[in-house]
Formats: sequence, C-alpha cells, structure tokens
Amino acid sequence: MATVLLDTQSAKTRPVRPRVALFVTCLVDLMRPSIGFAAVKLLEDAGCVVEVPSQTCCGQPAFNSGDRATATAIAARTIDAFAGYDYVVAPSGSCAGMIKAHYPELFAGDPNLARKADALAQRTWELTSFLVDVMGVTAVAAKVEATATYHDSCSGLRELGVKRQPRQLLASVEGLTLTEMNENEVCCGFGGTFSVKYGEISDSIVGKKTGNVAASGAHMLLAGDLGCLMNMAGKLSREGKAVEVRHVAEVLAGMTDEPPIGVARQPAA
Amino acid sequence: MTAHVTSPQFKQNATKALADDQLQKAMSNVRQGFIDKRAAVAAKLPEFEALRDSARDIKNHALQNLDLYLERWEEKVTAAGGQVHWARTADEACGAVLDICRRVGAKTVTKGKSMISEEIALNAALETAGITPVETDLGEYIIQLRGELPSHIIAPAVHLNATQVESDFRRVHTHLDPQRDLSQPVQLLTEARGVLRDKFLSADVGITGANFLIAETGTSVIVTNEGNGDLTQILPRIHIVIASIEKVVPTLEDVSQILRVLARSATGQEMSVYTTFSTGPRRPGDPDGPEEYHVIVLDNGRSAMLGTAFQDMLRCIRCGACMNHCPVYHAVGGHAYGWVYPGPMGAVLSPSLIGVDKAGHLPNASTFCGRCESVCPVRIPLPKMMRHWREREFERHLSPATVRSGIAFWGFFAKRPALYRLATRAAMGALAWFGRRKGAFKSLPLAGCWTQYRDFPAPQGGTFQAQWKAKRGGR
Ligand code: SF4
Repeated sequence: MATVLLDTQSAKTRPVRPRVALFVTCLVDLMRPSIGFAAVKLLEDAGCVVEVPSQTCCGQPAFNSGDRATATAIAARTIDAFAGYDYVVAPSGSCAGMIKAHYPELFAGDPNLARKADALAQRTWELTSFLVDVMGVTAVAAKVEATATYHDSCSGLRELGVKRQPRQLLASVEGLTLTEMNENEVCCGFGGTFSVKYGEISDSIVGKKTGNVAASGAHMLLAGDLGCLMNMAGKLSREGKAVEVRHVAEVLAGMTDEPPIGVARQPAA
Repeated sequence: MTAHVTSPQFKQNATKALADDQLQKAMSNVRQGFIDKRAAVAAKLPEFEALRDSARDIKNHALQNLDLYLERWEEKVTAAGGQVHWARTADEACGAVLDICRRVGAKTVTKGKSMISEEIALNAALETAGITPVETDLGEYIIQLRGELPSHIIAPAVHLNATQVESDFRRVHTHLDPQRDLSQPVQLLTEARGVLRDKFLSADVGITGANFLIAETGTSVIVTNEGNGDLTQILPRIHIVIASIEKVVPTLEDVSQILRVLARSATGQEMSVYTTFSTGPRRPGDPDGPEEYHVIVLDNGRSAMLGTAFQDMLRCIRCGACMNHCPVYHAVGGHAYGWVYPGPMGAVLSPSLIGVDKAGHLPNASTFCGRCESVCPVRIPLPKMMRHWREREFERHLSPATVRSGIAFWGFFAKRPALYRLATRAAMGALAWFGRRKGAFKSLPLAGCWTQYRDFPAPQGGTFQAQWKAKRGGR
C-alpha cells in the first residue's frame, strides 16, 4: 500500500468548473445519506458540477474476501459507470483507495481494461484531499460549536496520504476546536468483514480506540469513513460514552442538524 | 519434526488471550516500547526511506539469483574450512545437527537465538537424542524453562511480566537461596547470567542462527544485544549455524546497508549491541574460535515460494516491526497465531510453510490497516499477500460458508444496480423504521457477531440515491 503521491499538476490543469461524479459509497447510500448531501454541498461550494451516476459498491468486500471474480465484475461496472467525468470523488478513503490503488491491480492482466482502470484511478479522490489538493479550498463556511477529535482511517491515511487535508479544513470551522487523541493513526478494528468474522478481536481493538477518544476530552469524534465511524459509534454507545460521532463532511458542510451516528431522530415516544 | 501447530484453533486461542489479564498488560508494553523508539530513530536518519528501498532491492536481486549466490557462498565457506549441509525439510535439518552432535559425543549444546531452530523444533529433537539444549538468549531461556514457543520473533518472552519470570526462576533454580531478592529486572538478568556462565563453559557444541549469509566471503552474521551469541559460538569446540536459503545476500556492502535498517526497525537502536561475522573455523594462529564450523541450510518450503505471488515474503529480515505495529498482534499476542511466526509476517509465511489448510485463519485475521507494510524495512506488501492467501482459500473453498454466501449475495446485487436500488431501498427502509426510536440496535438478526460487542447504528432511512433522484431528478 504505497502512499499515492498527490498530483499537484491536477490543481493546475483542472477545469474551472469540473464535472464531478460522486461515488457515494454503499455504506453512505444505505446508512447515512446525509453524508452524501454534505459532500455534494462541499463540492458545489468549491465550484464543481456534481452528478451521481447509478452505482452500487466499489467491490472491496469481495476483493478482501478473496473473491476476485466478483470484485473484478463489480469493478468493471464501476469503471463504465464513472467514465467521462473530470473527477470521481468519494467521502471515504477506503473506497477511493480501492479504486485508486487496487482497480489497476485487478485488471493488470487485461491491457484494455487496465488502461481504463488506470484512467479512473488517476481521476479518483477522497473528498477532503480533493477539496484541498485539487480544488485549492483553504477554508469552509461552517459553524459548529464543538471540541472534536479526528481518527485517521487506515486506507485514507496509508494508501492516499490523507492526514493534513481534513485538519486544514476543520481548522476553518467556526467554533470548532480540534484536540488530537493518542494513537490517532491506529486502526479502529473495523476492517470490513473482519469486524464480524473476528468480532471479539475487533471489539478489543475498538475498545482501545474508544478509550483514547474518551481520554482526549473531546465530545465529538470525526473521521472520513463511515465503516470506522459506525464501529466506533457502536462501541461508544455500548459503553455508554456520550460522544457525538459524525463524518467529517457533515461538520465541514455545517450540516449537523441530523442526529449523530447511532442516535435517534426524535426522543422515544 | 515441526513445532506443534495450533493455528487451526486461532479463534479459541484469541479468546483465551483476550481474557488473559497478564498477557494484556504485557502487550501494552509492546505497543509503547517498540513503536516510539522506531519512529524516533527513523526520523533522525534522513536517508532512512532510501535505505529501505535499497534493502528491498538488494534482497530482490539476491532472490532472483538465489541459486547463483548460494553456490558462490558454499564455495567460500568450504574454502574457509567450513562445511555446508543442505536440508530440504525440518527433519533433515534436525538430522544434520544430531549427526554432528553424536559424532563429537556432545552432551550439552548452548544455543543463541534462532527462529529456524524453533521452526524445526530442534530442542525437542536434541532432547529425544539425549542431548541437553541450553538457550542462552534471556528471552529464549525463559520460554525454554516454561516449555513455550516464542511469542515474538525478536523478543520471545514479550508476553510475560517480570513476576512470572521470577516465579519460573524460583521454580527451576532450586540450588540458589530461596530468600534471594528478585524484585528488580536486573536481578533476574544477573541470576540468568550466573546460571548460563557455567553452561557456556561446559557446552560441547554451540548453535546459532544467522541473520545473513554473505556470498562474497562465505560469512554468517548474527546480531544480538546480549553477547550470548558470541559466547555460544566461540567457546565450544563446534559451531553449528542454522539458517534458511533466503538469508543469502551478495556482498559485505549489501549487509552493511541492510544492517542500517534492521536494528532501527526492530528495536529502534541505530545498531544492535553485537554484530558478529563468522567465516570458517579457527585458523592456525587465531586466538580463539571453534575447531569446526558447520552451516545447516534449510529450505522447508521456501524454494516453492520462488516465482510465486509469495516470493516477496522471502525478503523478510525478521525485524519484528510488522507485529510491533499490528493491532491484531497487540490484541491477542504471538501465541494465538499457533506456530512459530506470529503477526503479519507469520500470517503470510506460515501458510507457505505449514499449509493454508492449517494456517488459514492467519491471513484472514487482519483488518488490512496497512501499518505493517508502512514500517517494513524491506517493503513487503504484507496485506496484499494476505489477500492472495484469501484468494487461494476462496478458490479452494476453504473460506467459511457464511462468508462465501454473504459475499455471493452482496455481489449479486452489487453487479445489478437497478435491483440493488430496489432491494436496498426496501431493506434500509425497514431497518430505519425498526431503529427509529433508539437510533441504534443492541441486537440484530444476522448481525449477532457485531451486536454481541457493539451497538449497530440504525440507518437514517431512504437511500442517498433515491433521495437524490427525488431532489434533483436523477441528474
Ligand atoms: S515482514 Fe518486514 S517488518 Fe515484518 S519481520 Fe519481516 S522484514 Fe520485519
């Protein structure tokens, strides 16, 4: 998992109003659409024209389960569905990493598809790094009163080098204080199917994470990947720790009206 | 002979480990001890990343020309008066050691730390033959007293706390004053030194491992911090090195480059305390050294990895950084992996050496967080190779039926966007409706493995794609 170097050329050669396809990711599509709308707002505020091609999943669950045939079939569909846009942006380092780092590897033996996979990989970005590194966004117009801590999700951090971008944008949110927790680069224990195949180990890992979250004193936990967020929110909720868990895009877009992850919309009737 | 394998019971091993408070306490030391030191020493060396590239390239070159360099190395060993013994299997390697020991009538052998010795279960073979093996590395000595496998490739007793070691010493060192004070770690060290000193002097044969074999000179290299390796190989009449085929590198210059990343990655030291080069037996006029110098070179499945998706694993220089940085290793410790090689490197190597049918859990028990690869001094793509093992298991129908059918079910919809939209809309609608009051589920049918430990956040309701279509007319 080599860190993909950020393409500083992109910022210079990009169209003024790029056509961006949102790869919303299956988890956001199914579990928390508000993250998708927050991403759309951030992209549109940055001057992008956003479209949402018909889509399902990046294929990572199959890929990481060793089912290469299914992963390849899903990837081929995604490559087709997302052809022809200036950029493809995902509110997830994990799914963007799948497309950027692993699609080319999946089609390495097929010259025709490999070319398309490479082309898609080059145009695909994780949301916060796209905003900062491609669109040159330095500040967002949001106001959220909170002391927050940020968890660096693994794929975004180690496959795509996402680290400073979300922090740079969060620093511009009015009312928000960012306080770093210990071991913020350590895995939360989610790991996709790992979290259910090895639930007990996953639980031990996420328990260390929620311990670090609590010790940071922050009352809001942010990250860029919904899988990790659901895992950490689920554990915090089970432990009775009152920490508000949100995707970083929700805060950057100032869209915090929706209840945080794992909290009901209205009090129980 | 091969060390006893409990890898098929990985899950049960993990459950036990997670409930073991002593172990959990010891593992929290790994987390703090190794990681910060490595980071600090790496940050101090501007060319560290370039050296990692170079170490990777050196090992790759050696592996691509392995036959050539092994032959060249053997010639040089022989020319220096040493003897090389090739062993295809663990049994052959143990047999070669026993032959030498029997020929010289050995009763006691001292041993420096060697993972190959663990891999071939040499101590058991020696004991069966009536020869007493004495481990001289402090960690290995402790686990030998306890009859355990190492739980870490460079810190074999890292799973233990000082109080456990104290009680082992009191149990075994019965010739010493029962009232003695052993409350300080340094007292434990001093006691072990005292006990081992006599063994060094009485041993007939000294056995060490090898971090490198140098083709250019026929030299074997060990790095240690305790100096026990030097006493093991210099004091007895016979020195036996046990190594595996992938340890060979072309030149002295290559070794000195790799050494610059080895200790930094392993313990956060710039260099290990002792780096010892051995070439052949004592020559006329040498002040010390063994009368005989033997090297047992083990294959045990490694040559079958050449030319496959797993060749890169043979670059491993056994620094331990991957396990030091692995959240799963931190959670369950090394013994849960069920054989001699734990952590990410074991998750890739063990299936190659003992079979994926036995070690199948290991490459699956990873979150693919990638931290191992990010610190590996020879840049082994460990997650990618664990994924290759998962692919082999999937092809051979070794993956659990629940996983296979889950992926098949998901894959069916993921390949058909229209059906996916219909099905997910209904499913998420229902889930949101059931979860609307609490916001999270404490238990959920089919998701028991999740909700046993964590709540499952309820979906907001309505998929993004459906809402987008409603708002923006499907643009
Ligand atoms: S795989 Fe890499 S990090 Fe792990 S022990 Fe081997 S060389 Fe060290």
